Amino acid sequence: MNKTDQGSVTSGRSEAIKAVPVRHPGRWAGVAVIAVLAAMLLHALIYNPAFMWDVVWRTMQDQTVLHGIWVTIELTVLSMVIGVIGGVLLAVMRLSGNPVLSGTAWFYIWIFRGTPLLVQLVFWNNIGFLWPKLSIGIPFGPSFFSESSNTLVPVFTAALLGLALNEAAYMAEIVRAGIQSVDEGQAEAAHALGMSKAATMRRIVLPQAMRVIIPPTGNETISMLKNTSLVQVIALVELFTAGHDIYARTFQTVPVLIAVSIYYLLMTSVMTIGQYYIERHYARGANRTLPPTPIQRVRALLGGRPAPKAAPVSDEGSQA
Amino acid sequence: MTDLTKPPVTAAARPMVKAEGVHKSYGQVEVLKGIDLEVKQSEVFCLVGPSGSGKSTFLRCINHLEKINAGRLYVDGDLVGYQQRGDRLYELKDREVALKRQDIGMVFQRFNLFPHMTALENVIEAPVQVKKENRAAAKERAMALLERVGLADKAGNYPTQLSGGQQQRVAIARALAMQPKLMLFDEPTSALDPELVGEVLDVMRGLAEEGMTMIVVTHEMGFAREVGDALVFMDGGVVVESGHPREVLTNPQHERTRAFLSKVL
Repeated sequence: MNKTDQGSVTSGRSEAIKAVPVRHPGRWAGVAVIAVLAAMLLHALIYNPAFMWDVVWRTMQDQTVLHGIWVTIELTVLSMVIGVIGGVLLAVMRLSGNPVLSGTAWFYIWIFRGTPLLVQLVFWNNIGFLWPKLSIGIPFGPSFFSESSNTLVPVFTAALLGLALNEAAYMAEIVRAGIQSVDEGQAEAAHALGMSKAATMRRIVLPQAMRVIIPPTGNETISMLKNTSLVQVIALVELFTAGHDIYARTFQTVPVLIAVSIYYLLMTSVMTIGQYYIERHYARGANRTLPPTPIQRVRALLGGRPAPKAAPVSDEGSQA
Repeated sequence: MTDLTKPPVTAAARPMVKAEGVHKSYGQVEVLKGIDLEVKQSEVFCLVGPSGSGKSTFLRCINHLEKINAGRLYVDGDLVGYQQRGDRLYELKDREVALKRQDIGMVFQRFNLFPHMTALENVIEAPVQVKKENRAAAKERAMALLERVGLADKAGNYPTQLSGGQQQRVAIARALAMQPKLMLFDEPTSALDPELVGEVLDVMRGLAEEGMTMIVVTHEMGFAREVGDALVFMDGGVVVESGHPREVLTNPQHERTRAFLSKVL
């Protein structure tokens, strides 16, 4: 009796599979090797006095270094903002039907991508050598306002010009790739609805292009953060230069560079997290469901609210 | 049901679309070799023919997505894409072209819904951005339109979360939201699974019954016969045969038409 009862139950829902999983001895060997190497590295970091962790710690609290962080952040943010806006402008120009506009954009990109950033930084810092005075007025006519170049372009401005104008050239190509990745039917549909070219670009094409634009832009931002250290050549004190000035005095090169690198790593980590959420934002509609964020996953793991269930794909049966 | 699609009564005598010797070429290839036709108000006008016959190109010329090279094309009495002053033609500015397009709805073979917007956002986009309609009012009208195409419960879904048939119905609602006087359908059911074709044709039939002027490029001969008021068979960039759908489809006069119909019917 009992047996037949059970049989009728299992026939309704088949039994869950409980199989012995395949063993992976190779993987375990790999894990063991990595564990030993990690232990050796940790040992070296702690017990090798040459690392001078006390110097690292002191450098991290140094006022010049802390101020340098702000200069680095300022330079990165401003350069990227100008670079992205300039890049969008250049990309739209390059895709324009007007040969003068597209040619100008092409020429700009050719110059700024084709010469070293270092040279460009030094160039902007020495602009006074070419034009000692800059003035605003009628082209080839009288000027209303005139000022010495060295006053108008202090070191920070020169650094910003160098980084931002160079970045615009790279961003232009990234944005162009993004715009071209959007199906032509999208712009057509928008035009057919009576939308202007500008509105089509702003409301329809660019938001979709963002999915292609964001990952390389994240790369660019992280590169920019580290490339700001190049402004050392024009003697602007940012994070790296602040460190450099210290070890030039104390000759404790490695510990100081470790301190500086820890700050760079911290900043790039924050950027990576930011990028994740921006990418997620622009994935709307591209994926049928958005994966839960890491925070949502941790919450689910801790037994709190379950991670949000993906919105089900619509089924045909539910129409009116 | 919202009554957004009533044709203007006063202009009833004027043809909605008139083509006189329309030519269109891409470089060396001549796609349209002199099209003459007339679409009356409230008419369902079907364009059929083999692929490459120029029927989609002609449709795209009507809202100036393509520029014509010769001939004259009028929509509701106005020249498409140009303005005539004396015996000179002046190209219309982008803004003026956009203004004309507001009155012409278009539905594409591949739907072309905006994937980063929900169904509702797709429908209100043009009224809010182009006509600067109040957002709340546009939303209300959009919901009525989605209701009408049977998709009120899908308003918050993104296009990828909808089936092909549902996407195409949202696309129709999106076009209707601009309250057009003319609707262009470019093979609206060609990209759909056979069992989803019916739901889109039903919506189109409803539109036709309300008196919307429609130009439909289609391979659905059943729809053409049942709903169509006029039919043109095109091949090689010219109109081969035209007439009432029932006559042309049951009793084609030209050999070419007969050969084509024998394959698709």
